[in-house]
Amino acid sequence: MPDATPKRPRPLSPHIQHYRPQLTSVLSIANRVSGLVLSAFAIGLVVWLTAAAAGPQAYGVVHHAVVSWPGQAILFGCTFAFFLHLCGGIRHLIWDTVHGFDLRSIYVSGWAVVVSSTVLTITAWVASAFLAG
Amino acid sequence: MDRRNTRSPLADAARPGSSHTGPCDWWAERVSAIALIPLTLWFAASIIAHTGSDYAAFTTWLSAPAPAILMILLLISLFHHTALGLQVVIEDYMHTKAKFAALVIVRLSCIALAVAGIVAILRIVAVHG
Repeated sequence: MPDATPKRPRPLSPHIQHYRPQLTSVLSIANRVSGLVLSAFAIGLVVWLTAAAAGPQAYGVVHHAVVSWPGQAILFGCTFAFFLHLCGGIRHLIWDTVHGFDLRSIYVSGWAVVVSSTVLTITAWVASAFLAG
Repeated sequence: MDRRNTRSPLADAARPGSSHTGPCDWWAERVSAIALIPLTLWFAASIIAHTGSDYAAFTTWLSAPAPAILMILLLISLFHHTALGLQVVIEDYMHTKAKFAALVIVRLSCIALAVAGIVAILRIVAVHG
């Protein structure tokens, strides 16, 4: 493997902070950040399954943490990250077929991601609350 | 150039390029993404449907063949996709010698977590199935 550290620092392009945020750049960053959030959520998923396998006591501890106020807030954030990454991911898969690259399509699909992930998150929590009674 | 082929003639001649594995990872990320669309939607719908369920109801549901198989498939595709996604993030932002260690830790952690999750499901199936 070649040495990753250069002898002289390479010239850097202007940092992200110098650019005005646009829908395109914000969604690109959001897709990456939501992926990182979901990586943490995946660890939680394994903890939850392992607790369920260990027995009712261990499951009770995890369940108690999940239904607590902070647990529900984190779960809500993870739900939004999930739907954002799902919708953003479908947008990326469409781009992979070399479709929707003109400026108008990029903004239409971008706003579609924002609206659909918000609506899906709210729908999921309303459905869950409705089933809980 | 063909509209559907975004690779340059040089890239076609030199494939798979200096990394030798890049296109495989690129494809694996997409294939796992496609698998995750139905699997994660099934998972989300199942969790919503089980709001308020107790331990017995949850383990009985998960120990049935279809949910157990789908959950194992979800873990495999989820951690494969997570490993590839985190690898790209590390390669983009880490330029020190710690990069190699981070890549190894991420890959091994994802394998360990996937195996731990699958074993947990099999234990639930063995006990409650």
